[in-house]
Amino acid sequence: MAQADLMDFDKALELYEPVLGFEVHVELNTATKMFCSCANEFGQGANTNTCPTCLGLPGGLPQVNRKAIESSIRLGLALDCTIAESSRFARKNYFYPDTAKNFQTSQYDEPIAFDGALTIELAGGRQVRVEIERAHMEEDAGKLTHKGGATGRIQGADYSLVDYNRGGVPLVEIVTRMIEGGEADSPEIARTYVAAIREIVKALGVSNARMEEGNVRCDANVSLRPRGSQILGTRTETKNVNSLRSVERAVRHEIQRQAALLAAGGTITQETRHWHEDTGTTSAGRPKSDADDYRYFPEPDLVPVAPSREWVEELRSTLPEPPAARRKRLQGDWGFADLEFQDVVNSDLLDAVEGTVAAGASAQSARKWWTGEIARLANAAGTPAESLVAPAQVAALITLIDDGTLTDRLARQVLEGVIAGEGTPAEVVDKRGLAVVSDDGALVAAIDEALAAQPDVLAKIRDGKVQAAGAVIGAVMKAMRGQADAARVRELVLERAGSAQ
Amino acid sequence: MTDLIHLSAATLAGLLADGSVSSVEATRAHLDHIDAVDTDVHAFLHVATDAALAAAAAIDARRAGGESLAPLAGVPIAIKDVLATADMPSTAGSRILEGWIPPYDATVVRKLREAGLVPLGKTNMDEFAMGSSTEHSAYGPTRNPWDLGRIPGGSGGGSAAAVSAFEAPLALGSDTGGSIRQPAAVTGSVGVKPTYGGVSRYGAIALASSLDQVGPVSRSVLDAAMLHDVIGGHDPLDATSLPDIWPSMTEAARAGLADGALRGVKVGVIKELNGDGFQSGVKQRFDEALAILAGAGAEISEVSAPNFEYAVSAYYLILPAEASSNLARFDSVRFGMRVNPGSGPLTSERVMAATRDAGFGPEVKRRIILGTYALSAGYYDAYYGSAQKVRTLIQRDFDAAFSKVDVLVSPSAPTTAFKFGEKLADPMAMYLNDITTIPANLAGVPGMGLPIGLAPEDGLPVGLQVMAPARQDARLYTFGAALEKLLEAKWGHTLLSEAPPLTPTEMFATKEGAV
Repeated sequence: MAQADLMDFDKALELYEPVLGFEVHVELNTATKMFCSCANEFGQGANTNTCPTCLGLPGGLPQVNRKAIESSIRLGLALDCTIAESSRFARKNYFYPDTAKNFQTSQYDEPIAFDGALTIELAGGRQVRVEIERAHMEEDAGKLTHKGGATGRIQGADYSLVDYNRGGVPLVEIVTRMIEGGEADSPEIARTYVAAIREIVKALGVSNARMEEGNVRCDANVSLRPRGSQILGTRTETKNVNSLRSVERAVRHEIQRQAALLAAGGTITQETRHWHEDTGTTSAGRPKSDADDYRYFPEPDLVPVAPSREWVEELRSTLPEPPAARRKRLQGDWGFADLEFQDVVNSDLLDAVEGTVAAGASAQSARKWWTGEIARLANAAGTPAESLVAPAQVAALITLIDDGTLTDRLARQVLEGVIAGEGTPAEVVDKRGLAVVSDDGALVAAIDEALAAQPDVLAKIRDGKVQAAGAVIGAVMKAMRGQADAARVRELVLERAGSAQ
Repeated sequence: MTDLIHLSAATLAGLLADGSVSSVEATRAHLDHIDAVDTDVHAFLHVATDAALAAAAAIDARRAGGESLAPLAGVPIAIKDVLATADMPSTAGSRILEGWIPPYDATVVRKLREAGLVPLGKTNMDEFAMGSSTEHSAYGPTRNPWDLGRIPGGSGGGSAAAVSAFEAPLALGSDTGGSIRQPAAVTGSVGVKPTYGGVSRYGAIALASSLDQVGPVSRSVLDAAMLHDVIGGHDPLDATSLPDIWPSMTEAARAGLADGALRGVKVGVIKELNGDGFQSGVKQRFDEALAILAGAGAEISEVSAPNFEYAVSAYYLILPAEASSNLARFDSVRFGMRVNPGSGPLTSERVMAATRDAGFGPEVKRRIILGTYALSAGYYDAYYGSAQKVRTLIQRDFDAAFSKVDVLVSPSAPTTAFKFGEKLADPMAMYLNDITTIPANLAGVPGMGLPIGLAPEDGLPVGLQVMAPARQDARLYTFGAALEKLLEAKWGHTLLSEAPPLTPTEMFATKEGAV
């Protein structure tokens, strides 16, 4: 794979106008698959969540998952789409071993949702309206693993393994109309658009929305049009880009690559391209022409999906606040600086912080704990922060700090106990005996003992050398096994030193 | 013992219920007869001797234990090889599925087992149900018990031959364009294609999804009704299955046996299915049947269905289009035959191609190519799209006709059983054999074929087809049972009792001896 020549980005923008289009596949988090009752979950042994229908065995027949229809309608509504009165599945016919029936059950000319729009806001404040052509339902393919050969791709592999656990998992494919006028913002538009879709499906609860697990996958279409020309350039489709950063990089790379090629008198081949995370480049996939013939026809094994208007309206009433509006509201309510707020958003902790605030904690404390200690522990454990501990527990922990029961250091130990399943923060405090010793009597006794043991220090304090108190404070904190408020100990040390005979 | 095989399913069920016959006895009698005659007839692709006897013994034990069993419990049945059976190979008559044992039962097979019927084995058929003669079976043709030199109809020739040769009292068939009704016609048996959606297709290896329907094959209308009651009803695993609550077909058939059942029934004779191209003996017996119906008080009139003349053309676009997609799954990856290409690299695409080349017969390839072409970009509207419009017009013809009459009738097939090879070289002639049966599939309405006599010129069975509006399957059983009763009263016996006896093969050195 020869390294492609790239043109400087600004130079490319001078010569060409980028035109974008996106196809985002969202994997729905239904309990069962799109067309059969097999579990929609991975991590099982290969080909365990399968049946005659999703294995494409002779005689297998599809049944539509009502929950998947519901999720698709809600997603369509959230994207401001019209929901079809009658929508049909169609067969997309092509031979490939990851497609058990050698056709994909998809939607063609009668998608469930169409004609929507989504306005995204770039970091600099620019608003971009992205028009949605359609959002249609389809089934995922199985997962191929190519063994042997150098590239891990099918070419040159010794053999390939196929796991149909993912085959038949429900997807919604969201297709944008052409996005013109993106100009130098194009890579950021790509990133922000996919982030917005991800945020919406997460807010709707229709997908786990983890890009790293392929729950949200983006195909990015990029073409360049010479300045002053009305004719669209030939596009490429970079497939299955699975992180926000990669989407941005892939679009930038395609603009630079295509510009270099065009400027050198070359032509763009209409094709799919593979994204390489390691090198930040794309390479040619398969040629793709508009004349690809999938011999679509209405799926005769299924009847049309005709959601009643009442149902659609009922689903509309279940829509959550649009994520962009919610963000604006929360940032205002919490009074976070932009960077603080962005930190929460980027760490996927909006819900966690909101829940913690709702449970009585201050916004700043909630932010500090979630983006700090909890995120650190989650990172170490390799799980999402929200799966470690519930917002209500964090709020309870913060209350214990605020009322002086715990220091930050003790609170971290209590948090570990809560995560370890030892109970609520209050229970952990009890069981581990972690509360700050606020009984002055116990402290005074320890201080007197420490002062008596270090008469030279006592003398220095009396001479006004207040910093000498540190040695006594250290000894007291040690004696109290850390369960004392150091500031209070300091106050008492100075008091006792002054009054001691 | 021999008597047991000549009983109707209803009569046998009565003897089983009152304990005068055991299911093991009945099952063994049929297995013995299969042993004796099936080398000639070749109705079966697989005979499950041990499993059948075990299932029969289990039913006998449950009955002995005082359990109350379903009406047909203990009655043996043959199953068309298009249906998935978890304990028997299911090949659909194709080499590509040779030896394939599915990991599941089709819904209708599950229902049979739950009702205590005893599966004897799997019956022969044209490969993937593509044909009207069983000559397209990859495992050799089935022979017509009336004349072993002739075809038993198709695609369900095996099921029809099995019941008409007394190898089984009942069988399951599937009907995409006449595969139950046309074999019934040429073998003198009864066959019903239910309303589309009336019987589950889950586990029926699909030919054309929008046309396929599983149905009963038997020697009497009442027997077909009893089997229909077992297999019918809603199945959540088939999205095209109707949610209706169905009336008892058995009761509908019994109602037909009452005096005066035909009085005032409006019978429409379809003008377009009773003209040129129909064999004279077929027309003669059909006209005689109309006279009998009129004599019993039915009101006979002629109705026109002008768009039926386009039915065969539309059918041979819709069927191959759906079949080309349904048969794509036979690719060697997950099940069935696998053939590596003779030379060159072993890519999945080349292995798929080599497997499909070796595994599919010529008729299957012909229809896959036709269907792929009909669905291609640029041709879709002209072919598949136009065919769907014709389908709508045919449905309207039925609607118009049923606004005037209760049932529609025609001969079941234009001719009696033809000789092997007669139409093999001319696919169009073979396709036109289904001209009478195809419209019901295109419209989704139910149809029944039943015997009405022997054609004088060749002494072979002639069938009458009766069709009713969608969801009115019960009407077929009442009408069919009434006509059957009148005909048998006139003949003094059943039609099949006139069939030449089949003699065990080993007693004769030549085929001529058996005829």
